[in-house]
Amino acid sequence: MGKITGAQMIIKCLKEEGVEVIFGYPGGKVIPLYDALFDSDIRHILVRHEQGAAHAADGYARVTGKTGVCIATSGPGATNLVTGIANAHMDSIPMVAITGQVGTAQIGTDAFQEADITGIAAPITKHNYLIKDVKDLPRVIKEAFIIASTGRPGPVLIDIPVDITTDLIDENFKADISLPGYKPTIKGNLKQVKQAAKKIAESKKPVIFAGGGVISSGASDILRKFVKVAKIPVITSLLGMGSYPENNELSLSMAGMHGTKYANLAFTEADLIIAVGVRFDDRVTGKLSEFAPGADVIHIDIDPAEIGKNVKVLIPVVGDAKIVLTDLKSEYEKYIEKKGKPNWEQWLSRIKKLKEDYPLKYDRNSNKVKPAYVVEKIYELTKGDAIICTEVGQNQMWAAQYYKFTKPRTLVSSGGLGTMGFGLPAAIGAKIGRPDKTVIDIAGDGSIQMVSQELSTAVTNKINIKIMLLNNGYLGMVRQWQQIFFKGRYSHTCIYNCVDFVKLVEAYGGVGLRVKKKEEVENAIKKALEIDNLVLVDFWIDREENVYPMVAPGSPISEMLESEMLEGV
Amino acid sequence: MNHIISVLVENKAGVLAKISGLFSRRGFNIESLAVGPTDDEKISRITLAVNAEEHSIEQIIKQLYKLINVIKIQELDPSNIVERELVLIKVGADSKTRPEILEIVSVFRANIVDVAKKTIMIEITGNSSKVKALEDLLRPFGILELVRTGKIACSRGSKS
Repeated sequence: MGKITGAQMIIKCLKEEGVEVIFGYPGGKVIPLYDALFDSDIRHILVRHEQGAAHAADGYARVTGKTGVCIATSGPGATNLVTGIANAHMDSIPMVAITGQVGTAQIGTDAFQEADITGIAAPITKHNYLIKDVKDLPRVIKEAFIIASTGRPGPVLIDIPVDITTDLIDENFKADISLPGYKPTIKGNLKQVKQAAKKIAESKKPVIFAGGGVISSGASDILRKFVKVAKIPVITSLLGMGSYPENNELSLSMAGMHGTKYANLAFTEADLIIAVGVRFDDRVTGKLSEFAPGADVIHIDIDPAEIGKNVKVLIPVVGDAKIVLTDLKSEYEKYIEKKGKPNWEQWLSRIKKLKEDYPLKYDRNSNKVKPAYVVEKIYELTKGDAIICTEVGQNQMWAAQYYKFTKPRTLVSSGGLGTMGFGLPAAIGAKIGRPDKTVIDIAGDGSIQMVSQELSTAVTNKINIKIMLLNNGYLGMVRQWQQIFFKGRYSHTCIYNCVDFVKLVEAYGGVGLRVKKKEEVENAIKKALEIDNLVLVDFWIDREENVYPMVAPGSPISEMLESEMLEGV
Repeated sequence: MNHIISVLVENKAGVLAKISGLFSRRGFNIESLAVGPTDDEKISRITLAVNAEEHSIEQIIKQLYKLINVIKIQELDPSNIVERELVLIKVGADSKTRPEILEIVSVFRANIVDVAKKTIMIEITGNSSKVKALEDLLRPFGILELVRTGKIACSRGSKS
């Protein structure tokens, strides 16, 4: 039997897991690993900062459903991954992060580029490993992929001391996995599902609340089928967007702080919430004690710890969203076959009225370049068929409000952690995962400057993403809060005219376009979509445009601030 | 409310840190903690005493279950367990006070494990109230040091 190095074993195991692409950055303690990678046909994307590697792996995972993989060296390489790992953890994204570590004999001596990354990453990973024996590699890598991609997905970190990667091991060495404590519940308890079906049929004003769990379990299809039968309005969380088509009359889009007023009012008036794969984040619920005051909650989630964490739940169902919804649909059909269909006409017409009375609105007659107008045009010109990545802040909320998401895995956005600088590297990962799709990063000028070096990664690798930069020269969301809640004192939020974005993207070899007038918007987007290169369109938007509607922090979601109320503030 | 949680975990490096870390970052307090291997050397048992509301304890257990190295968790019913803690108490003692201390120790069926010129070390095993009672009686003599193992507990009867 031939011997191979630990590094070669790592590559062999990654190939066995079906890994096609790795996002990474070499360094001292991963040189042997990169040496083995050099001979492999796994694609490697060299980023310009390790944070970009983690976000790109995250974006890749979100659009493909596969586990994203990133590599960094020990010490600063590993700590630079931390934000990206935390981001994936908050949004339950499957990821395996491999970090180099100082040699086993040096661990704990404050050696050069040593950091206790398993300790640092413990609260932000689903699980992590420090390898101490080359023979553990095959088992640990197998376990890491299982843990990352099953149950509630999440990031797993494997920290590998450099000597392990040069130790020799039999090339066919195999070891069984051992996960005695890991048994996610997949099939929901049928008794609970039956109760849920009955409760739904007996309700008067039900709404479905669909989240990221619907998308990650591949339940969008069965959700649509269930809604087709049951005719229940659907509200989504930010991460649930695309799980149900927003152009359907039963869709109420996103609820919460910057959600639609009709979604928030539907929550407030509902008598039953059927929550699937959501965690009732504070950005959705607003003031928790006044959230959906009249509603009982059926909560379907694969993570039992989410059930009852924030809101009181009447019927919990622990299980995979796809499997539970399949059972729920068939139990519901059985129930109504026996007892007849519930009559929700009044509720459905109320929903229709809410949608008519409180549409999203902005000043369509303005001559200025309104960000909502830009996003609407992007939607129109991509025929709703693009993958939309966002940065974090106003750009993210305008993208969520004005692009109509109709398919799962088409919105790539940092929900839980709210990571500025996520969008560009995530778009790179998304385009690699879905080269057949138009991938657009709807960006803000603050966020993109946190990661603008990744323009180089994209151009060098011919990853032709399109960046639609909503440039207002502000850290806009913070400025909005300062305007509304801090008497307009714009403390350190103005970044006006600090860089010429067109020149910046040109310096990296991409194409830059600038739009200062409303009438140029459409052509610029068309042109950007046609050019076979990375394109950044620098839209000089109305600088003090705010995101509305808005729920003030600490307020119930039924109380929404709207643009007219704040005129002249 | 006091709760005793018994957690079976894989006997691996770093597991205890993961568990104690989880308590601190979710804002839960550990009153006492005892760890040791079980009859299966691959598995350790961690016994945690926690003071928390019913809702919190449910959340603690669910969060613990999410740790991959956690195999099984049991919340013990305080009315149906044997609960023990071993405590070593070093008290000041001279020829005058020594007889009185010995008398108290014998009433509590505790043991004297060390006698020096000016101190006595007492070992007591029992549940918290017994330990607390002895501690109160010894306090006037001057407790110099007190070391406890943390509570361990086992449910009665055939339930495991």
